Amino acid sequence: MSARRIFTRPARIAAIAPYLWMALFFLVPFAFVLKISLSQTAIAQPPYLPVFDIALGWQALKAAFAALSFDNFRLLASDNLYIFSGLRSLTVAAVATTILLLIGYPIAYAMARLPQRWQAVAMTLVIVPFWTSFLIRVYAWINILQHDGLLNKILLALHIVSTPVVWLSTDSAMYLGIVYSYLPFMILPLYATLAKIDPALLEAAADLGSSPLKSFWLITVPLSLPGVGAGVLLCFIPIVGEFVIPDLLAGSDALMIGQTLWLEFFTNRDWPVASATAVLLLVILLLPLLIYDRFQRRQMGRS
Amino acid sequence: MAEALPIITPDSGARAGLPLLRIEAVAKRFGGFTAVDGLSLDIKAGEFFALLGPSGCGKTTLLRMLAGFETPDEGRILLGGEDIAPMLPHQRPVNMMFQNYALFPHLTVRDNIAFGLKRAGLPRREIKVRVAEMLALVRLEGLEKRRPDQLSGGQRQRVALARALARRPQVLLLDEPLAALDKKLRENTQRELLELQRRLGLTFIVVTHDQEEAMTLADRIGVMNAGKLEQVATPRHLYEQPASRWVAEFVGDVNILEGHIESRDDGRLTVAVPGAGTVVVTAPREATDSTNVCVAIRPEKIRLSRRAPAADAGAMNRLDGAVTDVGYLGGASVYTVTLDSGAVLRASLANTARLDVDAFATGQRVVVWFAPDDCIVLER
Repeated sequence: MSARRIFTRPARIAAIAPYLWMALFFLVPFAFVLKISLSQTAIAQPPYLPVFDIALGWQALKAAFAALSFDNFRLLASDNLYIFSGLRSLTVAAVATTILLLIGYPIAYAMARLPQRWQAVAMTLVIVPFWTSFLIRVYAWINILQHDGLLNKILLALHIVSTPVVWLSTDSAMYLGIVYSYLPFMILPLYATLAKIDPALLEAAADLGSSPLKSFWLITVPLSLPGVGAGVLLCFIPIVGEFVIPDLLAGSDALMIGQTLWLEFFTNRDWPVASATAVLLLVILLLPLLIYDRFQRRQMGRS
Repeated sequence: MAEALPIITPDSGARAGLPLLRIEAVAKRFGGFTAVDGLSLDIKAGEFFALLGPSGCGKTTLLRMLAGFETPDEGRILLGGEDIAPMLPHQRPVNMMFQNYALFPHLTVRDNIAFGLKRAGLPRREIKVRVAEMLALVRLEGLEKRRPDQLSGGQRQRVALARALARRPQVLLLDEPLAALDKKLRENTQRELLELQRRLGLTFIVVTHDQEEAMTLADRIGVMNAGKLEQVATPRHLYEQPASRWVAEFVGDVNILEGHIESRDDGRLTVAVPGAGTVVVTAPREATDSTNVCVAIRPEKIRLSRRAPAADAGAMNRLDGAVTDVGYLGGASVYTVTLDSGAVLRASLANTARLDVDAFATGQRVVVWFAPDDCIVLER
């Protein structure tokens, strides 16, 4: 059956709506950012040049176009600050996502094996933290991790340490904050795929001489890969651009790209360089998405 | 187990040795529910055995205990003399074909079939040979690189069969093996399955709720009800000599006439049936003590005619009535006859002529007749 016959006219109009939304709230703003990234910084309002103004006529518009350049991107490529913060972002995201996967998988697996009514309870427990603002939860971690915070008090009381340990403003604190904040985004897609796996498949594997451990490796793991892919993407991409957690919990000696962007925009008031950074970030993040898309296509091709 | 009947060919030859599989007083409870209730059963090597019963009768639980997915609360399961009840599923020399096949969706047909062989640690070359052998056996050559979702229902069924047979199990368990196939395909597959079992000489235990399937496939059928075996017999024995009213009503269609024994003489019982008059039946082997009995007659054993048959009145039961409903089924028609005395009987007559002018229409007065030998006397 052709798509033409399935979709009636109103249905086709409705199908346009998401594209319209994307165009209006993603494509158009992105065009603005892209344009600013090709501009030069200026002490003006807005703080960049050139400014397109149709009222000045065709010649002025042409001149404005001619004034656009890739200088900001050249700056990004030449200055170590941007390269390092970009690399740091990718490293932090990779390490944090790995930790998230290692912690999230067993939790999701255990949830999927609970009796049906307990699964709903477990699901609620995973989602409950969302009822409190993300920012407040990160501030709570500052309270716990600070010099005379809860963690040090407990460690001292148990005589595990004799002097307070420096937790705050370290990478460990940042990883703790990231893993804590993103864990639900890893667990939920993993749980969704694990719960879908037919228990009869594991029985069939056992029937054919497979030990439980072997069955897990040969059946459960491969069948949960789509969930792994979704969970990894859902965590990796926002962590690369993460700003709040590293800013509040990590030290100030190394910046992530989100922090650099913030600095350029608010402290240096260099909108063009900040925009160029944003464009670069987007390009970096398209990469894992494309890989995932290929992976999904391969999966689809099988069926 | 029920007694041997003269109409059944005795299967005494295989009686000599021990049975391959012996189920001894096995019980399984889930909470307060008793799924299998102290059940004992022997299955011979090379036998095609069917467990038949309504849903919830415990037949699947019994099969799962044989496979090792459930552990019996009581009793023993002896395979070749060894108790396998404490063994884990992956340690047992039995394999199972699952109801919805449970094929591994991420593996090709070849890898599905090779799965059990790889776990057995067979050398690569041997695995290759065996997979090819299995593919030929179930006629799936050329499809080895497909994934399960690229196969038709019938092909999937055959992959499941090949996968379960690849390890050459001593006993193959089949859980509703044909339930997911449409009718035409099911008939073909039944024949194939039977042929395969004969050729390989394997022991098959099939669980089914479809009595036609059980009858076609099995050497012997165990009819289960509420966790117990009601009767274990050959298909023919089961149909013609059911052990209880429950079995008679579960297997096939049957007319039941409740009555009480009026007199016994010369191997005949005269049973008075309210609503039908008196019915003469052949006395069963074991004399029934109770006088309250029911007489069971299969619809195809009943004949109808416009006038009373010439046969000797004493040799034939004759009852008068009128046709009140006709169900045309193609090969046969089922006539519902309401007797003048009130009882309702169903008679199934083969439509032997294409242009049957003799067919009985609704409202037609008929004589219903059947032989005393065709009646089964059962406890109420």
